[in-house]
Amino acid sequence: MTDATTSTRPAKRILSLRINGSTWEGAVEPSALLLDVLRYQAGLTGTKRGCDMGTCGCCAVRVDGEPRLSCLTLALDCEGRDIKTIEGVADGPLLSSLQQEWADCGAAQCGFCTPGFIMVGEALLERNPKPSEAEVREAIAGNLCRCTGYVKIVEAFMRATAD
Amino acid sequence: MLADIPVHRPSSLEEALALLADPPDGERPTPMAGGTDIMVVLNSRHVVPSSVLDLWKLDELRGLSVQDDGTLWIGALSTYRSIIASPLANAHCPALVEAARTVGAVQIQSRGTLGGNVANASPAGDSLPVLLAQGCDVVLQSRDGGRRTRSFDGFYAGYRQADIQPGELIIGFRIHALPPGATSWYRKVGTRLAQAISKVVLAGVAACGDDGTLTTLRIAAGSVAPTPIRLAAAEAAGLGGRPTDVAAAVGAGARADVTPIDDVRSNALYRREVSGRLVESWVRSL
Amino acid sequence: MIVGSSPPRLDGADKVTGDAMYVDDLQFDGMLYGATVRSRQAHARYLGYELDPDYDWTDITVVTHEAIPGGNYVALMVDDQPALVSDLIRHPSEPVVLLAAPTREQAEEARAHVKLLVEPLPIVVDLEAARAGAGPIWGDDNIISHLEIQKGDGPGCVDKALAEHPDAILVEGRYYTGAQEQMYIEPQGIIAMPWGKGGIEILGSLQCPYYVVKALAQLLDVPAAEIKVVQAVTGGGFGGKEDYPSIISAHASLLALATGKPVKLVYDRAEDLSSTTRRHPAITWHRTAVAPDGTLLAMEVDCAFDGGAYTTLSPVVLSRALIHGVGPYNCEHAMVTGDIVATNTPPNGAFRGFGAPQVCFASERHIDKIAATLGRDPVALRRQLALRIGDTTLTGQTLETSVASDEVLDVALEASDWDRRRAEAEAINARGGVPPADPIPGMGTTGRLRGVGMSFFFHGAGFTGNGEARIKGRVRMEVRPDGQIVIYSASTDIGQGTRTVFPQLAATTLGVGIERIEMHTPDTSVVPDSGPTVASRTLMVVGKVVEDCSNALKARMGFEGGDWDAAVDAFFAGGGDGSVELEYQTPPHVEWDNETYQGEAYPCYAWACDVVEVEVCPDTYETRITGFWSAQDVGKAIHPVLVSGQLEGGSLQALGFAVLEEMKFADGQLTNNRMTNCIIPTALDAPEMDMRLVEAPFAGGPFGAKGIGELPMDGGAPAVLAAIEHATGLSLDSLPASPEALMRAAAE
Repeated sequence: MTDATTSTRPAKRILSLRINGSTWEGAVEPSALLLDVLRYQAGLTGTKRGCDMGTCGCCAVRVDGEPRLSCLTLALDCEGRDIKTIEGVADGPLLSSLQQEWADCGAAQCGFCTPGFIMVGEALLERNPKPSEAEVREAIAGNLCRCTGYVKIVEAFMRATAD
Repeated sequence: MLADIPVHRPSSLEEALALLADPPDGERPTPMAGGTDIMVVLNSRHVVPSSVLDLWKLDELRGLSVQDDGTLWIGALSTYRSIIASPLANAHCPALVEAARTVGAVQIQSRGTLGGNVANASPAGDSLPVLLAQGCDVVLQSRDGGRRTRSFDGFYAGYRQADIQPGELIIGFRIHALPPGATSWYRKVGTRLAQAISKVVLAGVAACGDDGTLTTLRIAAGSVAPTPIRLAAAEAAGLGGRPTDVAAAVGAGARADVTPIDDVRSNALYRREVSGRLVESWVRSL
Repeated sequence: MIVGSSPPRLDGADKVTGDAMYVDDLQFDGMLYGATVRSRQAHARYLGYELDPDYDWTDITVVTHEAIPGGNYVALMVDDQPALVSDLIRHPSEPVVLLAAPTREQAEEARAHVKLLVEPLPIVVDLEAARAGAGPIWGDDNIISHLEIQKGDGPGCVDKALAEHPDAILVEGRYYTGAQEQMYIEPQGIIAMPWGKGGIEILGSLQCPYYVVKALAQLLDVPAAEIKVVQAVTGGGFGGKEDYPSIISAHASLLALATGKPVKLVYDRAEDLSSTTRRHPAITWHRTAVAPDGTLLAMEVDCAFDGGAYTTLSPVVLSRALIHGVGPYNCEHAMVTGDIVATNTPPNGAFRGFGAPQVCFASERHIDKIAATLGRDPVALRRQLALRIGDTTLTGQTLETSVASDEVLDVALEASDWDRRRAEAEAINARGGVPPADPIPGMGTTGRLRGVGMSFFFHGAGFTGNGEARIKGRVRMEVRPDGQIVIYSASTDIGQGTRTVFPQLAATTLGVGIERIEMHTPDTSVVPDSGPTVASRTLMVVGKVVEDCSNALKARMGFEGGDWDAAVDAFFAGGGDGSVELEYQTPPHVEWDNETYQGEAYPCYAWACDVVEVEVCPDTYETRITGFWSAQDVGKAIHPVLVSGQLEGGSLQALGFAVLEEMKFADGQLTNNRMTNCIIPTALDAPEMDMRLVEAPFAGGPFGAKGIGELPMDGGAPAVLAAIEHATGLSLDSLPASPEALMRAAAE
């Protein structure tokens, strides 16, 4: 800070985001994280905070289809981009095939890491609809799970992509 | 959880350089590329810069191309993901592609940039030894000083001290062509197989003449000194010899070249020994 | 039969859609955000605090120990741990001052403007020095708890055996395991709200709601009925959310009472890692007199566990550790001793296994050492020594039923094709290792050395000795007039699947569909105290009460199958009472002497065998786990998918403990307090797993099920180290088997 008079917080800006197909508008700090805006301003708490360092993957969302760590993303950077969160994956009560397999084969235990995995998983399956197990493991290496040993998570992917 | 600080968001290079030359609130903003390093620092609130210059919108700093002189141009904002996906990078600098694959995991790779890795100036930067070993020029630009090109060798004066002058941004990199017949090599020893910060990271370029002796040998290492370094003694011990004859001497040279420390990831003894062994094994395999 | 099948977990849809609400997802009107100012010194006299006079404190509430209405301690076992420091700082993350602010950011910011005034004192952090009495910093000898268990000749039994058997061999070892972080992915957090007349409601991420009731009633000096504790959806615990949530609840409650508003206190990862409990670092010494034929003539085992600065649950950890001290092996004479030693570090606590992984690592490495000393095959020696029906454990418990030692050995060794796999690894290594043409991404191209190792282990299910008789876990079940059945239990689902498995038990017992069963949220104002969700006891013990309640309801209603709705209508038409509450009945044969540690330490044990294949880079000593086969005895798989998920997840925690999980300290303070450097395995580090379920039913558990929550944690690490030894010839006696540790061993 150059002098005491500048110690007030920077002015908020009105931000308009496209989240899960709908428009959200709100006043945000220039340095606001996408994660915080989603969770505490837009009320979309399915996106989780686990580490604040881009390591656990719980905060993964999709921005223009790409998996993105919302804890390392400024909300203002997403103006005009398509944001998809875990809340936008199921079609009403109808789960996506990955979600359905996830639930059926026990890939969610405590469930805290699940939204991040699903968002990264969706992006993988759109890019590569029939991934090998090795490709799945590489794609999800940015998401940590402490409950499952990843066995049933990999299984959910393989079942979701089986013919 | 982020510190509340101003974030400037230029939409052109010109605008970005103007903001750096003439900061609106007096103090020069800290440039941010993909944010994979800076955002972590901001989130932890350990060090709070006065403001941030968010470069993400500067598409003119993206892209790879091969220049007339055979060098590979990589725009500073090119992400690891774009490098992995680039046929040009795979053909002209395969070690960089290997390095990019070891960075973080997919989400970090699609956000982290080569320019950011170089500017962040960590001795553990995954891509830096590749740039040193293959040879590379850094192109910088400022509003008042125009463009400046300098060798990546010597770019770091000391721990986290990059030769970036006030007002300058890194624009991109010219990576030198591999010598004819040369092979390149990359090896990262991390704490685990993904999302790992390096304990030791090594890169090399080597070529042998018709008589089977080494005509080119360039080796660089990270996480073993305050900056990424060339392994001069190792190179000197190998040049002119047959790989199998000189491998042990090259390894010994590498052990002498490095000045590692103990830290939270590993220790000096391990880093020194592993640098020597890996370099020796690589040279033996040539 | 619903038991034995794997219906989708009942909370699965909420978890895959993001609808499940964890504590940090909950907001309340007027809610404030708490922050904790902590000591940085490991040991110091606390003189007071100063608020930065240049900071604007208008919106900030400051609370210290003086605001505590009751006793300033966290009620658990011994009342030695203050909720907030009043005079003496004993570890570097002790809570001293609490703040509440309108936003999380303000609370964080204000924390940096509180200065603690302290006078540093000499610190004691080395476990062996502390045990020898350095300081002392706790009592007059740093010994928080001491325990001995003897069998046969007891004290001096090894020297006596050596004297009596001239051909006996003495095998000695010292084994070390370090601290391990639970690393539940959801950091700890609590919301406290004023409730009723002077009471408090707690909503949080926790395992044991009634622990919190007990702690708060004491701290706030109010009747237990004034405290209401509700579990939010909880993102993993593994023991880490057993006792620490009581401390966070205490802090949030003090702030809520001071402000009259709801207060959210959610830790970020760095604070969680630095401040909350971890697995106890431990040193275990073995002295064994072995006959030339491999018979264990006498064993002496001595353990030192680093308890940290306060008692917390450590005496119970020591108890479980010592009971498992000689492993699942026959030995006629034994002396097992141990201490919980105080150091100036945050208290260590519960983590899956609860003392057993430390001693199991020691005893399995020691058995391998004995096998190597005798030139015996490690499997053959274990088969020779294994406990079977009719054998007697360390505590004098004769095993009469439900012993699966042969089965788990047979199944795991066959699944892994042990003999062929061992031989193949040796052949590969003789040819210079796994060829460079077969690279593992990230492992370079030097030929890798392959090795295969195994471990054999058991884990006592439920509370030790007479613990269950003391706790008297209760469950209530109600049938409603609409035919729905509600289970009321304080057992929490922290990911393991309780909210699915209890309804399975009830549905099967009653003979109705699982959709008829609901589980009430664990809310202490409504559910009875089922005991804590710990010790691999929930399914086996509390599940048994669910089964009993179901049978009681069925009998009361006279329901023998057929039309449930008609039966319900008839029952209520006849004025029936649809509510049943029962408490756990300890199986009749359980006899235990808590003074001598003799008798039935556990109603049953679960048995397991792990086989691990590794490849080690000879240049860097990086270890990659390339194969994992395991047979684990679950008694009865109520829900095969959930139980195998538990076993797989626990096994990976054990494999991480073996090779890469390490907590590093300087002056008692954690130095790797980030998820980037306090690491756990990723999907690329984890092997594929071949998990085989073995069922040796336990008559005292529902449908024969036994507790297995902790079992998979015990055996992974020694199996990995055996495999590394097979690959490289390097025998490590400490964890983790990091590349640096292997290089050090190679240099020796």
